[in-house]
Parts: sequence; C-alpha cells; structure tokens
Amino acid sequence: MKRWSKKFFASGDLFVWTSGAGLAISLLMVIGLLVLIMVNGLGYFWPANVIELTLADGSHMMGQMAGREVIPESAQSKNSQGKARVRIKIGNRDLYGLDFKWIDEDKIVSRMTPPEVVLLERREWGNMYGRIKAVFRGDEQIATGDQASWRALLPILDKANALHAQISRIERVDIGAINADIERSRLKIRGLEARSGATPQGEIQQLKAKIAAAEARYQEDTRKLEGLNAQLGEATILMADANGQEKRIPAAQIIRAFRPNDMSALAKSLTYMANVWRVLSEEPREANTEGGIFPAIFGTVMMVLIMTVVVVPFGVIAALYLREYATQGVVVRLVRIAVNNLAGVPSIVFGVFGLGFFVYAIGGTIDTLFFPETLPTPTFGTGGILWASLTLALLTVPVVIVTTEEGLAAVPRDYREASLGLGATKFETIWGVVLPSAVPAILTGLILAMARAAGEVAPLMLTGVVKLAPTLPVDWQWPFFHLDRKFMHLGFHIYDVGFQSPNVEAAKPMVYITTLVLILVVVLLNLVAISLRTRLRKKYAGSSV
Amino acid sequence: MPTLSEPNTEINSRGAQSPVRIPVTRRAEDAASKASREDDPKMVLRDVNFFYGKSQALFTVNIDIPPNQVTAFIGPSGCGKSTLLRCLNRLNDLIEGARLDGRILLDGQDIYGPRVDVTDLRKRVGMVFQKSNPFPKPIFDNVAYGPRLQGVTDRGMLSDVVEESLRGAGLWEEVKDRLHHSAQSLSGGQQQRLCIARSLAVKPEVLLMDEPCSALDPIATGKIEELLFTLKKDLTVVIVTHNMQQAARVSDLTGFFLMGELIEFGDTKQIFTTPRDRRTEDYITGRFG
Repeated sequence: MKRWSKKFFASGDLFVWTSGAGLAISLLMVIGLLVLIMVNGLGYFWPANVIELTLADGSHMMGQMAGREVIPESAQSKNSQGKARVRIKIGNRDLYGLDFKWIDEDKIVSRMTPPEVVLLERREWGNMYGRIKAVFRGDEQIATGDQASWRALLPILDKANALHAQISRIERVDIGAINADIERSRLKIRGLEARSGATPQGEIQQLKAKIAAAEARYQEDTRKLEGLNAQLGEATILMADANGQEKRIPAAQIIRAFRPNDMSALAKSLTYMANVWRVLSEEPREANTEGGIFPAIFGTVMMVLIMTVVVVPFGVIAALYLREYATQGVVVRLVRIAVNNLAGVPSIVFGVFGLGFFVYAIGGTIDTLFFPETLPTPTFGTGGILWASLTLALLTVPVVIVTTEEGLAAVPRDYREASLGLGATKFETIWGVVLPSAVPAILTGLILAMARAAGEVAPLMLTGVVKLAPTLPVDWQWPFFHLDRKFMHLGFHIYDVGFQSPNVEAAKPMVYITTLVLILVVVLLNLVAISLRTRLRKKYAGSSV
Repeated sequence: MPTLSEPNTEINSRGAQSPVRIPVTRRAEDAASKASREDDPKMVLRDVNFFYGKSQALFTVNIDIPPNQVTAFIGPSGCGKSTLLRCLNRLNDLIEGARLDGRILLDGQDIYGPRVDVTDLRKRVGMVFQKSNPFPKPIFDNVAYGPRLQGVTDRGMLSDVVEESLRGAGLWEEVKDRLHHSAQSLSGGQQQRLCIARSLAVKPEVLLMDEPCSALDPIATGKIEELLFTLKKDLTVVIVTHNMQQAARVSDLTGFFLMGELIEFGDTKQIFTTPRDRRTEDYITGRFG
C-alpha cells in the first residue's frame, strides 16, 4: 500500500491532474462569465413578440416577456404554492408609472400575439405598446384604423427623424461654433481689459462687432430651428393600450415603430443588427438607460490611447536607466522594489493623487498662467481626459517598467558586445541593438498596462469622468483635440447605469451590454498590440525576447 | 599627447585635432605609415596584469604582436587568453571591478591612455566572438551597422562597403540574393562569416577572434581558416583557440598561456616542434589541459 502511494506520487499523475483541473476551473469561470454577460446582454437587441394577456378579472395587458420564476415564499399567498409567475415589460410609463409587472400564471386566461400591435420607441417615457387608432396632421385626421394608420405613420416618422437630425446638426455644429466664437471674443476682450496700461479700444470695438455678428447668426439659426420644430410638431398619433385607454403622442417623440408580431425572422434579425449598431453608434438617452453608448466607447479608447502615448516613453526611459545606466546596488534595488510596490497601490489612491497634483496643482497653474481671462471658471483646473489619462499612466507605469526591464535583461550580452566591438557608444548600442530587440517585451508591458487602464474606474471618478458628457473630446472646433474636456467611460457607465439610474430594472440589459462592449474594447486594443508584437517578433526572428 | 584617431606622429604634426571621429583620409595615411614602419610591432603588451576585483587573471604578460601576421593564443580553459584578447580592445571595461596594470600600445600609443576614445579604438581593433552573434536584423543591416555608426548614410556607399566586406569574408556569393533576409536564417558557419564581414566593414587594423570556430563543423571551420590567410594581407589577426591543430595550421606566432601567465611565445613552428618549456610540451602533446 505504502509502496503503491509512493509510486503514485512519484509518477506525477496527481500533479498533472491537479494542474489540469486548476486550468479547467479557471477556463470555466472565464467562459461562464462571458456566457452570463452575453445571455443577459445580447437578448436586449432582439425585437421580441408583444403578447396580449387576458387576465382572470377580465382586464387586458400588453407587453414583452421579461422573465419567469417560481413565486418566492415571501410573495406567496395561500393558494399559489409552487406556482410560477411571469414578468412582463409593460412599457407605457406615462400611463402606468411602471415599466415591469409580475403576473401570477394562474391568473392568465389567454395569451395572444395580435399582429397589429405596435411597439413605439420614444425619446421619452420608454417604449409604448398598443394599437394605433388614428394619425393626425394638426387637427385634421389623415388616417384611421390599424392598417391605414400604420401605413400613414411610417413616412411621417422618416420625415420626423430627418428633421431631428437637421435640428441636432444646427444645435451641435452651427450654434456650437457660434458659441465658441462668442466665447473666444469675450475672453479676448476680458484679457485686453485686464491688461495694465492703455486698453486698445479699437481692438475691443472690433471684437465687440464680431460678437454682435455672431449673435445675429445665432438669431438666424434660432429662427431656422423654430421653423423646423413647428414642422415637427404637426403630426400626432392616437394610441390605445390593451384596455383601450387612449393617448395622443406627437410623432416627434417617436424614434421608431415596429410591429414585432408581424415581422418575419429575417426582418427581426435585421432589426437586431440595426439595434446593435445603434447602441454602438448613438448617444445615450433618458439618463443613460436607453440609446447608445458611443461617447463612452470613444472616451474609453481615447483615454487608453493618450495613456499609452504617455506611459510607454516614460516607462521605457525609466527602465533603460534602471537597467543600463544606473550602478546596480542597494539604491537601485530599493527603487526597483518601490516601483514594484507602486503597482500594488489601490487605484483610488492614484485618483486622489491625480486630483491633488494634476488637477489642482498643475491644472490650476496652467489656468492662472495661460487662461487667466476665464477664471474663476477652470479650464484645465478641473477633471478632464488629459488628467485622467495621466493618472492612469502613473498607475500603469510600474507594469511597463518591470516588463521592459525584463526585456532589456533578456537581450543577449553578445549583441551588446558585438555592437560595442564595432565602435558603437553605449547609447548607440542601446538605440541600435538593445531597444529594437526589447520592443516585443515593451509591447507586452503595454498590453498589460492597457488591460489594467481600460478597466480602471475609481481614479477616473476623481479626475474627469462624468455621467453624461455633452461633447466628445475630439470635434470640429479648433484645436480639435480638447484634452481639458470631461469624458464618458464604459466602466463608469456600467456603475452609473446599473446603480445610479432612476430606473434600474429597465437599465439592466444596458449594464450587461456595456460590460460586453468594455470587454470587447479591451480585447480589441490588446489584439492590435499583440498582432504588432507578433510582426515585430517575426522581424527580429530568433531573438529570444 | 597623441591620440588614437591620429595614429602616428606624422599625422599628429598636422595640429591638435579633436579625437572623436576618424578622418576619412585615415586609411591612406595609415597605409603610408604602415609601409614606413613595416617591422614595428602592431601591438605591444608590456607588464600587463589584469584583475577581476581581487582575483588576478593575468600575470605580467609581455608580447609583441607583429603586423600582417596571425598570432594565436592557446592554453587550457581559464588560462586568461580570452581575457587578454578582450583587453586589446578594452571590452573588459564593461566588467565592473576589472582593472588593468601595465601598458598596451597600438602603433606606439597606449590604448589605456587618459585621452583615448574607446569607440575609436574599437573601430581600429575589431572583434569576432566565440558564439556567432549577428544582430536580429537583415544581413545588409548587420554589415552596414558599423559604417552607419560612422555616419555613412549614402545608400550606394553602404552597398559598396557591404559587398566588399561580404566578399572579404567569403560570404558574398552565398548571400548576394538575400541581403534583406534575416541574418538569423543563415547557417552557423555563415553567421560567423557574417560577423567577420561586419567587423571588416569598419575597416579595422587588428581583428581579434575569440575561438571563432568552436561552434562550427569542420567544413565551416576550414572556410574560416582559409579566410585568415587572405585577411592577414590587410590586417593583423589575433586568434584565441582551443584547437591546437588549428593554431598550428593558421598562425605565424603562438603564445601558450597557463594560469594567467604567458609561458612561451614564439614562432608557431618552433612552439609546436621544439617547445622550450616543459609545460608547453605537456600541453601540446596532450598530457594535460
């Protein structure tokens, strides 16, 4: 027996099985995580059928199925032992004040999916489920009945959406530019006035004229907007819910209308794709619970890129000094330990540092030196994408230093000696031979840094992330990159939508979708870096790094 | 004070120049000076003691290395022959705690002198290592590395130097169609000849070879040995080898080292046929080592 167990241990089978099991468990957990997120998130895009329920008390109810469960004990009455209940997304928040409702299954008399039921996606109040009674232009009724109204509705919606696009372009681009012009001129005037000595009246007059001209353009644009808004307000539709309660809705409020029960699987699939695209490309609506997450994706990617641009040179230079130039001794060893430990400091600590150092100290100084005319409104002296990126660069620089150092150490001594033997200086050797060979290792550090940075939220909350940023950090207004602007971030978006939202239940799919997108963004950024590394490795084929 | 970039007094008399970069005309002037002092030793070692920290690796070595000849250092492992070789182009400077006493002269000038530019020295005294170590770059860039360091950027000039050097190393015919392939795709022997070509591209006056054939098969070894005969027409070769047949075949002069001491130095034929020292005889007849 003893001999057998000894043999078993010596054979290493146990070890193989244990390590294999460890790997399997890790993989299962990762896959489980992804599957959970995908199952919860991806269903959101599917235009599910709208079911109409007839309940035991004779009332009707309409909505999309959102879940089913055995009635928990706490909610059980005497005769509902072990029975199930379903959760229906009933929408029509303006009518009922609720988005979801639990219905016990034994109270349901019948379920139907009538083809004429319409799902309206609205700019406010969430979805509406019901039947179209009639379509009006002003007071004039232009269509009535399900079929005719539906046909009349579609062109109206197309026109309304086109008008909306036009309006938002004027608001964003034209009026945005005018505002920027006015602000610039105003600041110049303030700057001139604040300067000691004689104020150049001529210049001020010129600027004032400029402001007046801009304001005239603004009036013109406002008139244009009024015209467009009037056009928008013309059409309304009359809807009736499952119980016949009527509600008039302006067409301007409607984004899209479907009849999910009347759609083929192919049409649903196309709608599914369109929905995915909309989430990826649009801006959020209704306190972020609806609409897209494009600004958050943009903000995340841009922040990571800025961080990369900062962290790589910094980390590489520091590692070069530590490994190549510094005399290896107690001090260097201490520095190395400190750098390694820096990677373990809680991220919120970096956030506090970023706020105190970057935002207040550096940003405040920049404001007093370069933007005195805007004070007390801060320009750089408040959270912004630059400061957030710098804070994250600080957070991830140890990773880059450590991996770069390892890469430098792995460059064979032969290369250095060969280069020095050819009459290269130490710098020429590092630049010409050592660094190129260490590039793959540097990229490995970069990959790790990006993965860490893209998932970090806590320090961002102190240094520039916001729940809703009205503008992207990049736009058509000079100087195009606005590094002082606040930005949106996927990680913070998850927290905000999931836990700070007024309508947590409705926002749940959004949380999973945002999570999925965040994972995808990180994976994509890493894939780019990895493919770059593979190409470089091939270029330096045979290098062991 | 003469400096290395102005290798002899005739040139030095042109006035004090900065010692950083070699003038382009140096080669011609060198040739002239070489001709006039044909019999002077290229390198002279006087009372060289070398220490790694506290342990002494070389004990009072005195050698005259003649120009345009192959000088071989032989001896058992750890006898200090490689250390001595690396002293000749100051590659030992990189080792912390290493220290050298005595003088090593190149064309009469102390290479450990205070105003010597080490990079200039290493351009004049090239090195080929035991393990072939081409850079992880294309073949062309490997050979062009040295000239580029000297500031040559003209593509045509670089191509000429690369071709000349590869021909010099007997590799041109084998690689001329794939100059832009990775150097790592070459065989071991080709890689070593590429390293020689890389050294030749800097146009050194002395070429140090540290067991250049120890990792190569007999055919590749044969090619490199042949190469030595052509190389010594233009430059001075110092080779360290474990292989006594090789030393006997290729070298004109041989030094035998034991425990950091130069036991015997002289004409190769004499060392291998009638060694004066008993320890040399023991070693070359294979009684120890």
